[in-house]
Amino acid sequence: MLKQIEGSRAVAEAVALCRPEVICAYPISPQTHIVEALGEMVKEETLTDCEYINVESEFAAMSVAIGASAAGARSYTATASQGLLFMVEAVYNASGLGLPIVMTVANRAIGAPINIWNDHSDSLSQRDCGWIQLFAETNQEALDLHIQAFKLAEELSMPVMVCMDGFILTHAYERVDMPTQEQVDAYLPPYEPRQVLDPNEPVSIGAMVGPEAFTEVRYLAHAKQMQALERIPQLATEFNSVFGRDSGGLIHTYRTEDADTIVIAMGSVLGTIKDTVDAMRLPENGGHRIGVLGITSYRPFPLAAVADALKNCKRFVVLEKSLAVGIGGIVATDVRMAVTGMGLKGFTVVAGLGGRAITVKSLTALFEKAMRENLDLVTFLDLDWKAVNKQLEREKARRRTGPVAEALLRDVGVVGARNY
Amino acid sequence: MSFQPVKFYQTGTFTVGNRLLAPEERSVQASAKRFNSINSGHRACQGCGEALGARYAIDAAMEATDGQLVAANATGCLEVFSTPYPETSWQIPWIHSLFGNTAAVATGIAAAIKVKRKKGEQTQDVRVVAQGGDGGTTDIGFGCLSGMFERNDDVLYICYDNQGYMNTGVQRSSATPPAARTATTMAVGPEPGNVFGQGKFVPAIALAHDVPYVATATVADLRDLEAKVRRAMEIRGARYIHILVPCPLGWGTASQETIHMARLAKETGIFPVFEAEHGEITSVLPIRRQMPVEDYLKPQKRYAHLFGKQPNVTVIARLQAMADRNIKRYGLLGQGER
Repeated sequence: MLKQIEGSRAVAEAVALCRPEVICAYPISPQTHIVEALGEMVKEETLTDCEYINVESEFAAMSVAIGASAAGARSYTATASQGLLFMVEAVYNASGLGLPIVMTVANRAIGAPINIWNDHSDSLSQRDCGWIQLFAETNQEALDLHIQAFKLAEELSMPVMVCMDGFILTHAYERVDMPTQEQVDAYLPPYEPRQVLDPNEPVSIGAMVGPEAFTEVRYLAHAKQMQALERIPQLATEFNSVFGRDSGGLIHTYRTEDADTIVIAMGSVLGTIKDTVDAMRLPENGGHRIGVLGITSYRPFPLAAVADALKNCKRFVVLEKSLAVGIGGIVATDVRMAVTGMGLKGFTVVAGLGGRAITVKSLTALFEKAMRENLDLVTFLDLDWKAVNKQLEREKARRRTGPVAEALLRDVGVVGARNY
Repeated sequence: MSFQPVKFYQTGTFTVGNRLLAPEERSVQASAKRFNSINSGHRACQGCGEALGARYAIDAAMEATDGQLVAANATGCLEVFSTPYPETSWQIPWIHSLFGNTAAVATGIAAAIKVKRKKGEQTQDVRVVAQGGDGGTTDIGFGCLSGMFERNDDVLYICYDNQGYMNTGVQRSSATPPAARTATTMAVGPEPGNVFGQGKFVPAIALAHDVPYVATATVADLRDLEAKVRRAMEIRGARYIHILVPCPLGWGTASQETIHMARLAKETGIFPVFEAEHGEITSVLPIRRQMPVEDYLKPQKRYAHLFGKQPNVTVIARLQAMADRNIKRYGLLGQGER
């Protein structure tokens, strides 16, 4: 059924169609609308047989989900940014215990400085936590990925994060095709746990493991993600057969067949990049042979699929909404591993941090430079060099320069910042 | 076991123990009927108060629920000594997640059971116990515990309080009493041991949450402990039992002194034993023969610095004042019923 609704509402309705049994809610922007909507559905009893728990922190949210999942319930929560960091110990624990919890991460920057807007710093900081991470490009894909996520998580006994850009997707009203309960029931069977806390068959979950078996337990987690690499495209195909839509999978390619230059990205920015590429391919704009590779499955990282998508190009640009401080790109590092030995020229572009708009104008100029291979290995898109240099000069000149954030806000002319 | 019909405490002695009770009321250690929820062969120290407390508390809960019990366990001694891979002492479904989230994990289990029951997928009424040491309860797990309390989740939380982080080598917790030596409050300097004016008594904080049931107990009165667990399992909602469990390692006492130490803690008034429902204290276990705190402190090496050539009478008097305050506040010299 076609609906014109907010991204968060679409995700909430999709999660409800998956018949979750325990939902843990703790507010944090820009995820909050999702759990608000679910809370309303439980309270008005349109979502039944579901316990909705208002917890006291994200750490508790994930911990309640751990307990519920270990007791055999389909468990869901949503978070973002600081909330994800606050629950990190439990995030690792959930995957270590092999509990198929599904969590939405409404991607948002991490402070300090505190910033509520979108980038990918939060979930990418959990790169190695053992969760599968799927990135949605559109609200439709966000909705669809949640349905696939429960199936994937429960088949593999492994938790899945569905990552969607905060505000850009969560708060955007767009048309989505909402599946029916019958379709979702046909696709997603009831949860059959591998391990469950049952007095009739008592087990000890979470025992201490020393050097004698720890490596094996960790390897098995890796092996499961390798299985997920095979299972994710199959699940997308199965999804297509039930819902009649292409959604999910490991990667999406766009106009890459003849491309000399391929731009790689994750999430909603792919739309802007595709528009830019379409324009640059027009004869009147030079008819550039440029294409796009969207990565949907960030963990497990599809090394082979990425290498295959890049096999005919000459160079690639990884445009990422994240920064590995001290080296540059996070996604770019993985892409470089995928193309080892292929002799490609690769560029890392850090863009859109803390919600900075990524414009077609900036991208066009950037890609033109990349095509001329006239780009630094690591580039910060639209960086205000004046403000940066001013601060660096200030710090050279005197010791007590005050808080960096305040100084920069003053330099870029934000009203209310105090003068020194 | 022979039955002594004479009730010695009625004859003016202060004798205590099982033999004063009718056979059907006695606490029995070895019985074919005992669940042995935490079975023998675990790796607790000799004389471990926590192992004893857990054995009686969980078996009583198992008895009360007819074996339909799930336990969540915080990181700590109890977790480490009971489940070194690939062994486990637990004969009940048991989960260890983290140090600070046990109350929340238990909330999740209870929620799952509630849904499964509602859907008719589960016919048995399975109950949930969460357990941890004082570190996992009063410090790192306190946020989750308070959340579980205020939501009135259907969980019995049991804290085994040995007054410090014993698993990591005896460091101070917020349950460590003043003057006690720990590895992070060494018995050195002008004010040796843990400082006065800090710490918290979580049973009182549990009371402030108005949860349906709060009780304290010690391993010296196992009958009392069992009765409290049984009472707790008759009630729905958030319940809390705080058990004083002496630690031979951390307290510096002989292994065979564990129960004696717990009894002295109660008889000096330094640890009040009471029971409360919906925020109101309903009964206390009265002191039978009041003892000075010196009798409790002296056998413990963690207080050795108070008893050198010159006993530190000032500090001992301050500790005595704490016991006296408990006696007054909880009416520990009264008849018990309130």
